[in-house]
Amino acid sequence: MTALPTKHDEAWRYADLGALAPVWPIATETIVLGAGEHGARSLVIDGAAVHDIVVTLGDGAVFAFHVLNAARGYGRVAIRVTLGRGAQFHLGAAQLAGGEQTVEIVTEVVHAEPDAVSRQIVRQVLAGKATGNYLGRVVVDRGAVGTDGEQSIRAMLLDRGATANARPELEIYADDVKCAHGCAIGELDKDGLFYLASRGLPPGAAKALMLQAFLAEAFAGAQDEDHLTAAALTALETLL
Amino acid sequence: MLTITNLSATVANKPILKGLSLSVNAGEIHAIMGPNGAGKSTLGYTLGGRPGYEVTGGSVDFDGQDLLALAPHERAAAGLFLGFQYPVEIPGVSMVQFLRESLNAQRKARGEDPLSGGAFLKLAREKAALLRLDPDMLKRPVNVGFSGGEKKRAEMVQMGILDPRLAILDETDSGLDIDALKVCGEGINAIMRRPDKAVLLITHYQRLLDYVKPDFVHVLAGGRIVRSGGADLALELEEQGYEAVVA
Repeated sequence: MTALPTKHDEAWRYADLGALAPVWPIATETIVLGAGEHGARSLVIDGAAVHDIVVTLGDGAVFAFHVLNAARGYGRVAIRVTLGRGAQFHLGAAQLAGGEQTVEIVTEVVHAEPDAVSRQIVRQVLAGKATGNYLGRVVVDRGAVGTDGEQSIRAMLLDRGATANARPELEIYADDVKCAHGCAIGELDKDGLFYLASRGLPPGAAKALMLQAFLAEAFAGAQDEDHLTAAALTALETLL
Repeated sequence: MLTITNLSATVANKPILKGLSLSVNAGEIHAIMGPNGAGKSTLGYTLGGRPGYEVTGGSVDFDGQDLLALAPHERAAAGLFLGFQYPVEIPGVSMVQFLRESLNAQRKARGEDPLSGGAFLKLAREKAALLRLDPDMLKRPVNVGFSGGEKKRAEMVQMGILDPRLAILDETDSGLDIDALKVCGEGINAIMRRPDKAVLLITHYQRLLDYVKPDFVHVLAGGRIVRSGGADLALELEEQGYEAVVA
């Protein structure tokens, strides 16, 4: 795509197009894992950044991708993954934003061959008037039997002005597949916050404690789990 | 230590406390008894500062401070502990982390140094042993998967760790079997029966008072204290019912 996208393009529907214009066009990064290869990648966005990544996984290849999208400004990660027979793709992502920022993760995961596994876990914490988006399509091609796909998308809104858009999509052209998706957008439990406060935790610390656990789910099992979790907590502190 | 004067409070615009007055001195244990809907839990939550419990009149003095002007966490740092009737489950947050952060937040607010990890764990194990709670439970997420009795014992462990000056215990006896009731009662005595501490025990039944002997018993009905007496009053209530005593 060379022309600047518009809101009519589904994948850019909630994007911050004003912030996109100066950095357009976006170079596509390509990752290819051959049969049986293992790979992992972590991406921490703490400035403004737009990433476009295309991943091809050969038969039995395993790829884990972790994203901390705590952009100051517009932060977008688009990833298209094609899975070979028995390949595994794992996405663990956390997005944190405040002010009037937009952060988004757009995924397309294509199960092209049988018996591949994809897992996507996205956790978002949104404050102020920030917008956090997840657009995720899982495509199961004809013949890709034994597919196991999962999308778990959750967002916490810290302020009434914050917005979360979550759109998991399934396109299934094969029989005998397992595809689950779960989606929840909510606020911090008020009873829980009062309970923590009643033990002496100031409001910011009480919220941080509850959100730590929420965000940690995105990075469970990552190679640099501790580093990602610590970076997420630092980003969290600026929102509370 | 605690002086409640003419306290009125509403919940969802409904008046619940209607001019309640009560005075608690250091070294005393007071039991608040009363029928369902009398306002017992509202009293606890109002003193704890729970959002949604709106004070519409009166005052509460706690050790010379205007308690009602403090935020919930400031009340805790000032020495108030609220034992919940239904302790809240907080998935993903370990008991140890929660309590250590809470204690150190209180210490910081009082200008004291934080407790080290080792010193905290020693304290936590000691209090868990006192309440006969498996110390491994402290590694688990706050109250998640705890039985009713474990939750209540965990509340008392929290009280032991936080070492408050005044504990308001809201139906700590509900959901406890006879053995757990005894353990909790003994825990309350061990932690709070001190000349510089006081307890407000909110309960429906006399049975907890077999283990924690109150110095004063008050009957709360219709949002006010309608009768006060010594430990004998609890026995009288048990025998005759609230209706006879309140009337």
